[in-house]
Formats: sequence, C-alpha cells, structure tokens
Amino acid sequence: MSAGPAQTVAVDGQAAARRLSFLLVFAPFALWIALVILVPQLNLLFLSLQEKIGPRHYVTGVGNYADLFGERVYVLTLVRTVVMSLIATAATLVIGFPVAYYIAKIARGRARTALFVSCLLPFWVSELVRVFGWMLILRETGLLSRLLQWLGLVDGPVEFLYNDVAVMVGLIYTSMLFMVVPLISTLDSLDDALVEAGYDLGGNGFAVLREIIVPHAKPGIVAGSIIVFMLNLGNYLTPTLLGGKNSQWFTAQIYSQFITRFNWESGSAFGFVLLLTSSLLVWLGLRVTGQTLSGTVGKG
Amino acid sequence: MMLPSIPAPRTLTIAYRAYVALFFLYLAIPLVVVAAFAFNDSLYPSLPWKGFTLDWFFGTTAPKIGLFYDTAILRGLLNSLMVAVVTTAASVFVGTTTAFLFERYEFRFKGVAYMLMLAPLVIPGVILGISILAFSSSIANAADDAFGIELSALRPGLLLVALGQFSFIATIATLVISSRLRKFDRSLEEAALNLGATPLSAILTVTLPYLSPALIGSSLVAFLMSFENFNTTLMLVGSDAPLTITMFDRMKQGSTPVLDAVSLFLMLGSGLLGLISVMAQRRGAKGAE
Repeated sequence: MSAGPAQTVAVDGQAAARRLSFLLVFAPFALWIALVILVPQLNLLFLSLQEKIGPRHYVTGVGNYADLFGERVYVLTLVRTVVMSLIATAATLVIGFPVAYYIAKIARGRARTALFVSCLLPFWVSELVRVFGWMLILRETGLLSRLLQWLGLVDGPVEFLYNDVAVMVGLIYTSMLFMVVPLISTLDSLDDALVEAGYDLGGNGFAVLREIIVPHAKPGIVAGSIIVFMLNLGNYLTPTLLGGKNSQWFTAQIYSQFITRFNWESGSAFGFVLLLTSSLLVWLGLRVTGQTLSGTVGKG
Repeated sequence: MMLPSIPAPRTLTIAYRAYVALFFLYLAIPLVVVAAFAFNDSLYPSLPWKGFTLDWFFGTTAPKIGLFYDTAILRGLLNSLMVAVVTTAASVFVGTTTAFLFERYEFRFKGVAYMLMLAPLVIPGVILGISILAFSSSIANAADDAFGIELSALRPGLLLVALGQFSFIATIATLVISSRLRKFDRSLEEAALNLGATPLSAILTVTLPYLSPALIGSSLVAFLMSFENFNTTLMLVGSDAPLTITMFDRMKQGSTPVLDAVSLFLMLGSGLLGLISVMAQRRGAKGAE
C-alpha cells in the first residue's frame, strides 16, 4: 500500500510538529543547563587557571592550585572538612536507620503518618532557625549550661559552642531528614514476608538485618549518604555559626578568598578542588556499592 | 522486634520505642527552645525567664523593636518573597518542560542530558554561587570594557540570587513533576486526540490538570527551598539582603529575641506550606491509583 500525497503531507506535518514540540521542551532545559551550570563551571575552571603576575596581568598556569596545596593550613582544612563530613554522614545513618525502619515497618496507620509528618516538619523550617536553636542550647549562657549549673554538676557557665562536637551535632541535626526519607521509601518496599522468612530459616535479628534488610535498603542508604555527605561538605552556615572563627571548614576558605579578599582566581581553584573532592567521593561511593546516580538520587 | 508479627523480648520492644521517642524529642527541642524565647521579656534569648511578652512581635520602642516594626527584617522578608516568587515560577516552568523532555522524547545523548539535569544536586551550593557570580561578572565586565554599558543586573543582587537558586531548584521541580508524569495513562491523551483535540489542547486540558498536584507540590517545595536557601544566596547577595542573610548577620552579633520571633513566624509559615504540600501530594497519590 503506497501512501497518497495527502497522507505524506500529514505524516510530514506530524513529524514537523513533533520536531517543533521537541525543540520547545528542549530549549528551556538547554538554556538552564548551559547558562547557569555548564558555562559558569567551565568559566570557573578557566578562572582558576589564571595566575596573577601583576595588576590586571595574568598568565595561564596551575599556580593557584600549587598555592593551595603548598599551604599546610588549606590542605588540613580540606582533609578536616572531608573527615568530619564523613563522620557526620555515618552518624546520621546510624542514628536515622532505626527510626526509618520503625516508621516504615513497625508503625501502622495513623501513628505511621503522624511519625512521618513530624519527621518532615522540622525540616520545612530554615536551616538557619535550626542552627539558631542549637546556639541557644549550647552557648555559654544557654540552656545546657544553665541546666548543669542548676543541677550543681558544674560551678560556672560552660561554653559548649565553638568546637567540633557542636559542629557535628549541628551537621547531624540539619541533615537528618535527607537520610531518613530515602531510607523510609526503600524500606517501605521491603516485603515483610522476606523478613519473616529470614527468621523462619533460623536467622537472628542481626543476621536478618545484615542479609536481608540492609541489602534491600542499599539504594536508600546510598542516596541518603550521598546527599547528606554533599550537604555537609558544602555547608557554610552550620560550621560558621556553631564552630565559630576556628571552625576551619573548606567553604569558609572559599568565602574568604572570594568575598573577603576578592581573590577570585585563587577562590575558583578552591571551589574546583571542593567540587572535584565531592565528585570523586560520590563516584567512589557509587562504585563501591554498585549503585548509579540516576538509580539513587535521581529517583527523587 | 524486626516486625510486629515477630515475637521479641519485651525489654527490647520498650527500648526500641524509647529510642524512637528520644529521637523525636531531639528533633523538637531546638525548635521549641527558639519558639519559647520569642515570648521572654528579656533583652537576650536565654534564661532566666523574665515573664511573658509579645514585644518581640509588636514592640515599637528601642530596645524592644518587634518583628513587625523592624525595618531591616521586613525589607529582608520582602526581598526573600520577591526572589522566591521568581525562582518558583522559573523552576516550575522549566521543571515541567524538562519533565516532558525526559518522559516523552527519545533523543541522542539522552543519558548524558539526564546526568547533566541531575548534576546541580551534587554540586555544593557555595560553588553554584561562586560560578554564577564569576560568570555574570565577566559578562558585565566585558560589556563595560567593550561598549561602556553597565549591566547592573549582572552584579551581585536579587536577580543573581534568584538565578543561583533556580539553578538547582529546577532539578528538584523536574524530579517531582517527572515522577507524576510517568504514571500518567497516555491513552487518555490519545482519546482526546481522537475526539479532535489538537496535541497542545490535549496537553492543556488533560495532561496538565492531571499533573496539577505535582505542580502545586513542586511550587511549594521550590518556594520553601528558595526562601530558606543560604549557601548559594550568600555568594550572590548584593546590597539588598534576603531574610536569611539579614538574620545570619544578626546571629553572629548575638541579637535580641526578635530573632526568635522571626524564627517562630518562619516556622509557622513553612510548617503550613509543608503540610499543604504533603496533603497535595497525598491527594495526588490517591488520584493516581
């Protein structure tokens, strides 16, 4: 059967309409990714490779990177930021997992909904407010210090702010939701029968956890860990407010290069090192656990 | 107690419940503390409790200037609202078109494009901020050098703040809208086409109404994320500071309980929006079944 002229026109018209509609939905995406993601990142890379050798005079080279890695304090700050972020991520997972499991598998009906919503609500509140709450609790004139004095456990006011523990408490608190929600959604899809079968086959609680629950929850664990790790590593607010001037967080170095010293070339190098560090660690995490970015974070 | 159906020692069950209860206490305490001090009749947000007052909301004389008379805070609130409206509109629009792009079309390098769409989620906010700052400044400098035109919109300020927030909020909007679009039954659209609708009117009258819970949900999420964003905003802020930046500056100095009042105000506002979005999504989930 051969297509008549009218039919060919119709088919052509349909193909043209399809192409047009494709362009219409492709254009906003392309503009978004190109203009605020891709080109600015490439521009940042280019800027980081500009060495200042005189007023308004630059040469291309890796001097800014050499400066960063030549200065002990910068390297230490980077390592510290990565290590603290990893510890905070692990702690968030350990603290959040039992709660996520309780909500997904044990709580039922209304209680389940209530627990889930009360898990979400604190996180609708700005990170700033959450950190502010911890400042009011931990500072020298704060609640904890007053409580200890009232109980007679200490003689004078105690400063709990401006140290690594305070930063850790803040990081864990502010990122808890981003761990618990992906965990709940993967644990939710675990069939109860599998857990029961594990017990029927003679497994104890620990064996069931290791052989059945954790493997099933892996995409959620990986997604949560990646998001939480990224949020910690890139956090500026929490370390600055809870860690004080000596928090030595890498984003604070970027801020000081860019905004305080107006040294954009060096700040770009700092930014790129942070980006590479986080990308590398996220990639490693996905690689080791056999997950993909679109299979974990992309699921939303 | 791995499941309610599996018998477990009573102490273990109780310990597990206690742990969960403790967890929720830990979630609530900082927020309760912030809210409580908004009503403390003291110049500092700390103990001792000096009596109940509403001055931190309605006070008009220094040092007790309440939230509704604090011009810097009100200006910050207005700036945040403007940025949030622009960011939300842009993110939901681009999120919708991008969701259609990935759910409805096959094209070369689709996998790469999808990775690029997700990329903003794994770029730290501070870096999104500085890259947009550096890029827009270099355009503004080039325009100034070549033509002597001052493009003040490309200098740090509210437009850049909105762009910076849009850069990653659009990803979130895309993911929310995509997940609903995926569940849509295409035969409904085909039915509309068979009944003589044009493809555009089929989408407008059949598909978009179906998507509306996701559109409402993603708008609320985008609005909240924009309103509370700090890391990206910090790098792009000019002389007009949004609320988070205004509050941050005060917090560093150690301010009066007016910050508690603002925080409580924000908690109520975002709690309400959050609840609406949860409800919109649940209603959407029911509609999809």
